[in-house]
Amino acid sequence: MSHSLLAAAVLVAQILLLLAMSFSIIRMVRGPRAQDRVLALDALYVNAMLLLLTIGIRTGSLLYVEAGLIIALLGFAGTVAMSKFLMRGQVIE
Amino acid sequence: MSHLDALPPWAAILVAAFVLLGALLAFVGSLGLLRLKNFYQRVHAPTLGTTLGTFFMLAASITCFSVLHGRPIFYEILIGVFLTLTTPITLMLLVRAALYRDREEGSADVPQAPPHE
Repeated sequence: MSHSLLAAAVLVAQILLLLAMSFSIIRMVRGPRAQDRVLALDALYVNAMLLLLTIGIRTGSLLYVEAGLIIALLGFAGTVAMSKFLMRGQVIE
Repeated sequence: MSHLDALPPWAAILVAAFVLLGALLAFVGSLGLLRLKNFYQRVHAPTLGTTLGTFFMLAASITCFSVLHGRPIFYEILIGVFLTLTTPITLMLLVRAALYRDREEGSADVPQAPPHE
């Protein structure tokens, strides 16, 4: 009984995270300004990382945790580069 | 659902509660990102997911894999440490950039720069 509870909980969590990702995408499309889009991208990759962790719990594979770590690393680099670009108009000066 | 049957009931209930809490926090954070009125309010919302949401999800993952493998597995903590370190840096840079852009446009919604700048 507790295992079907766990399966249902993971399913509900995945649906919630997918909804959260779609909210971020709506904000990214709607704008209104460039900094809103960068912020939405930041929220999007964090939600994607959480979704990967739930998939890892569901399939019982530790590989998904490493994929989540890589997403966190690359997302940080991307957001910092884009904020730098918004501030100065170029990434490396 | 074969490997999850190896979890004892207490661990299954704990993991289920952690996963639900983490996903709910991330969901509320993204809802705030969608619904709040201006950029400086919206910056605060997704941090709900990056701090406490990530914490609960990592706790669920650590509990699940430690019980499944029969030995403590802690390297999910790396994700937590990394996000805790990088989220403030990212948001400080982003808000600085947004403030700079708003001031350049002469927007009336943001305070003006102090005189020594």
